[in-house]
Amino acid sequence: MSEEYRRYLRPRQLPHVWCPGCGNGMIVKGLLDGIVALGLEQDKVVVVSGIGCAGRTPFVLDFNTIHTTHGRALAFATGIKLANRDLEVIVIMGDGDASAIGGNHFIHACRRNLDLTALVFNNGIYGLTGGQLAPTTPIGKRSTTSDSGSIEAPFDLVRLALGAGAGFVARTTSFDHKQMTSFITKAITYKGFAVVDILTSCPTYFGRMNDIAEPYDMIHYLRDTTSPLQECTCGVSEDGPSDLMPTGVFRDEQRTEYGSLYREKVAVATGKRGMA
Amino acid sequence: MNNQRVVQGNEACAHGALYAGCNFYAGYPITPSSEIMEILSHEMPARGSVFIQMEDEIASISAIIGAAWGGAKTMTATSGPGFSLMQEGIGYAAITETPCVIVNCQRWGPSTGQPTKTAQGDVMQAIWGTHGDHPVIVLTASGVRDAFEMTVRSFNLAEQYRVPVILLLDEVLAHMRENIRWPSPGELCVVPRRVPEDVRGYKPFANGGFLPFGSGARFHVTGLAHGADGFAVADEAAGRELMRMVGKVRDHAAELALVERFMLDDADLAIVSYGITSRAAEGAVGLLRDEGLRAGLLDLKTLWPFPDGVVREVAERVDRILAPELNMGQLVREIERCVGGRCEVLPVNRVDGHLLTPMQVADAATSPRAGPAARRAR
Repeated sequence: MSEEYRRYLRPRQLPHVWCPGCGNGMIVKGLLDGIVALGLEQDKVVVVSGIGCAGRTPFVLDFNTIHTTHGRALAFATGIKLANRDLEVIVIMGDGDASAIGGNHFIHACRRNLDLTALVFNNGIYGLTGGQLAPTTPIGKRSTTSDSGSIEAPFDLVRLALGAGAGFVARTTSFDHKQMTSFITKAITYKGFAVVDILTSCPTYFGRMNDIAEPYDMIHYLRDTTSPLQECTCGVSEDGPSDLMPTGVFRDEQRTEYGSLYREKVAVATGKRGMA
Repeated sequence: MNNQRVVQGNEACAHGALYAGCNFYAGYPITPSSEIMEILSHEMPARGSVFIQMEDEIASISAIIGAAWGGAKTMTATSGPGFSLMQEGIGYAAITETPCVIVNCQRWGPSTGQPTKTAQGDVMQAIWGTHGDHPVIVLTASGVRDAFEMTVRSFNLAEQYRVPVILLLDEVLAHMRENIRWPSPGELCVVPRRVPEDVRGYKPFANGGFLPFGSGARFHVTGLAHGADGFAVADEAAGRELMRMVGKVRDHAAELALVERFMLDDADLAIVSYGITSRAAEGAVGLLRDEGLRAGLLDLKTLWPFPDGVVREVAERVDRILAPELNMGQLVREIERCVGGRCEVLPVNRVDGHLLTPMQVADAATSPRAGPAARRAR
């Protein structure tokens, strides 16, 4: 495995803030391997994040980085990309960041289809604030604000993104480096709004509250609660709903990208349409 | 060239933004500000600039801050309910020293209030609305031509001081039409963005200009306490940074103080007002002069940093200051602080969604207590 990814790290910002056994570091490795494979120009990459454990990611990345407010990363990213389309804008959010406080921005980004890459570090819990219930916490799972188990139906971020119209939607896990890197690479390459829901492990809170505190056991938990889409009876099947989360690419269809539609509108408005 | 146009306050504001070089607008529809975005939705694509209607006001202000780091001169416009939602973003713009302009066409009351009635109730919110000590500049305008000029000035100050600038208009000014002399190109000063020429070793928060993303210096921006390089600091360093940021505005109050004086030179009585209320105040000066009272007007364009020196100087020379506002008494507290007992200060307030009349303001000049007189229906 190439060590080339290391040149995209900021050594002075290491070590990172994440707990031992956290899956986020593995996602960073997948992201950087993807960027290496694509040969993106370092000065043109912008990494935008919200607030939470995932929000701390850009600190350690040697790109143009912006750590925004809770839930708003996609709205900031929309401004950045529209102001300068030469920038490759990658948005990193946690699951609560993307789907609770930022849920409105998430569905509208899916609908609008601006060329952004959205990576959701989905650990099913609020980590940075100490282990509270998230909109992605599975029913029955404990958190510091649901100590007898969650009674709320969780969001399936893939279905949410599909329903809201995103053109590229995939789900993977932080322990499957090969698949994760492949999906992140596809998402960055995709011309339009691309979402990758990356299931990751939080042994410190999700694990400890739910008797899977060992990082090793958390990885097994992710393995045992997911299933490849192709062989899946998961989601709603003839046997009724399944607890298994399917992984794979759910949609990879071209839709006309917002930026190009806007440029077309500008061309018409300025009378330059059809000019070379 | 005598280029006269009859335009609305919102129209003047939208064109002021274009004049100032605004090339990115994000907004969400809300009365009484919507004409600004409607005009820009038409005008900006025709100039190759970006207009986008976002999903809410939080997204709107987030998008304009992002766009500023993408290299654009940016603005959004809203009214009370949207302005409340934008407080989060205003704080982020302040701590990240992002130049941007936020226009608030004030409406009556808290919450939904009265969307089509006027007020000046958001003054303190504009100054203090986002949490924590922070720098902002707050300007206002009293007429349609003024709305154009103050929009341009808002952009200029945002660039010069690297702060969010809030321009307070109000429902009446937003929708009022006046025949104004349209500024010709080059007539008003437009401050360009200060972009450093040498990007090597660029530190985003070291007063070395504002460099957009993608310019060759990779740096970090965060809403956390940070040092000159954008990375987290704590303790004394955080305190120092906060004082520097607030000091950018506070220590330049004198040069930021923009006011207009009307018949003040020989005045015994000064009306200190701002925004649309200065129109009634000017009328009141005429009425009082007709009655033989030496009245004058100090019209404040800069509401924050508060023009302490100017108000103090007026207080030295008059016996009484009237402070009319379309709220229950907000800026009057700043006026009283500056006056410090040098003369009498009488608040004149109206909060029924309508403008104070010249008569109501003038009445207060001879009234022992201004409030009840001004509230009396006429």
